[in-house]
Amino acid sequence: MSERLWQILTDSFTKILIPGITVTIPLTVISFSLALVIAVIVALIQFANVRVLKQISRFYIWVIRGTPLLVQLYVIFFGLPKLGIILDPFPCAVLVFAINEGAYCAETMRAALESVPRGQMEAGYCVGMNYLQIMRRIVLPQAFRTAFPPLSNSLIGMVKDTSLAANITVAEMFMATQRIVARTYEPLALYLEVALIYLIFSTVLTRLQHVGERYLNARSGQTLQ
Amino acid sequence: MLEIREIRKAFQGVEVLRGVSLSVSQGDVVAILGPSGSGKTTLLRCMNFLEKADSGTMVFDGASYELGRIKKKEAAEIRKKTAFVFQNYNLFLNKTALQNVTEGLTIARGMPRREAEEAGRQALDKVGLSDRYDYYPSQLSGGQQQRVAIARALATKPEIIYFDEPTSALDPELTGEVLAVMRQLAEEGMTMLVVTHEMGFARNVSSRVIFMEDGVVVESGASREFFDNPLQERTRLFLQQF
Repeated sequence: MSERLWQILTDSFTKILIPGITVTIPLTVISFSLALVIAVIVALIQFANVRVLKQISRFYIWVIRGTPLLVQLYVIFFGLPKLGIILDPFPCAVLVFAINEGAYCAETMRAALESVPRGQMEAGYCVGMNYLQIMRRIVLPQAFRTAFPPLSNSLIGMVKDTSLAANITVAEMFMATQRIVARTYEPLALYLEVALIYLIFSTVLTRLQHVGERYLNARSGQTLQ
Repeated sequence: MLEIREIRKAFQGVEVLRGVSLSVSQGDVVAILGPSGSGKTTLLRCMNFLEKADSGTMVFDGASYELGRIKKKEAAEIRKKTAFVFQNYNLFLNKTALQNVTEGLTIARGMPRREAEEAGRQALDKVGLSDRYDYYPSQLSGGQQQRVAIARALATKPEIIYFDEPTSALDPELTGEVLAVMRQLAEEGMTMLVVTHEMGFARNVSSRVIFMEDGVVVESGASREFFDNPLQERTRLFLQQF
């Protein structure tokens, strides 16, 4: 490797990592937290079979899952200003990622809720608990345990999807890399470098997922793996 | 204490209960026998509002309720005075044995945690599980799980406990430990309504027997009479199998 290339790579590492820590991670964490809130609400609406809201939920999931994330970003960021709604890039990205991921996670949560045996609910009623108490203390905790691995999967997916935010001028890791490439003309080395940083982020999350699963297993008496 | 009159229930047009009546006095241990599909379990589930009966009357502690249009609130009040033991235990899978017992006390009845845990430990001691307080259901055998379920039922101090085939999911060895606990409760005067296939239990422990088939009561009476001198031909045929 030439000395110049090595110099570029070492110089750019922090220049890419810093927007990774200050933009990519906050963007992921905030968006995913909001997505979880949406997911739980939408899943509970369907689980409890609330009439009109259930249809709205199905419509939401249908539209969001049926259209590309990139198109959704463009509609909100470049399209809405036509109607006089102008959002800054970062909040716009948070909004789109949360709504998008919320639809997928809602399906995960719904499946997890439905996987909790019916008898858990019946037993709750029989010891005198009401619907909300049973949901909060018995059904949701068990559903979360089931949903944890697929939700972790979604989170890891989202870290990488945030690179799409570069398209709407959010100065995250990928955009930082693109700028350095434009200056240095070293696309292969630099895009591999940013790929490596994404890989590190994902690896850390994968480790955290294992720790989380162990913790949850221990709390339900499952044997540790 | 508890009376059911003319309870009816149909699932998608198929009548499962076709006018069943029964009464239970305090301290009674009533066994409900009958072949599969006779409506025994549905009867029990309707009585605790896990299924909604189409019509019929329930008299509980002197108050009368129309089962076809009972209010949620009334159902919840009656439930708090009863307990239910399921065929497949239905312990809360995310709670330890002790938490399974205390949940209905702290959350549903607002009992202080310390007091609830004391009551929970007593209930678990009573069913012989004083060394299993902190075990999760997945760490317990079927018989132990069912005994936790009985402790959970006992802890709420119910006026009556409904048992829905409590030993059907257990192998013979584990059946014994559950039946022993039930026998002990019966001796202490607990009011129990037990759907069962355990003829030994029905004959020796229960005070009365109700024999059901096709959604109606074919015969009912004192256990001894029922087993030694069945009145109906159908009952005789049924008992011959054992």
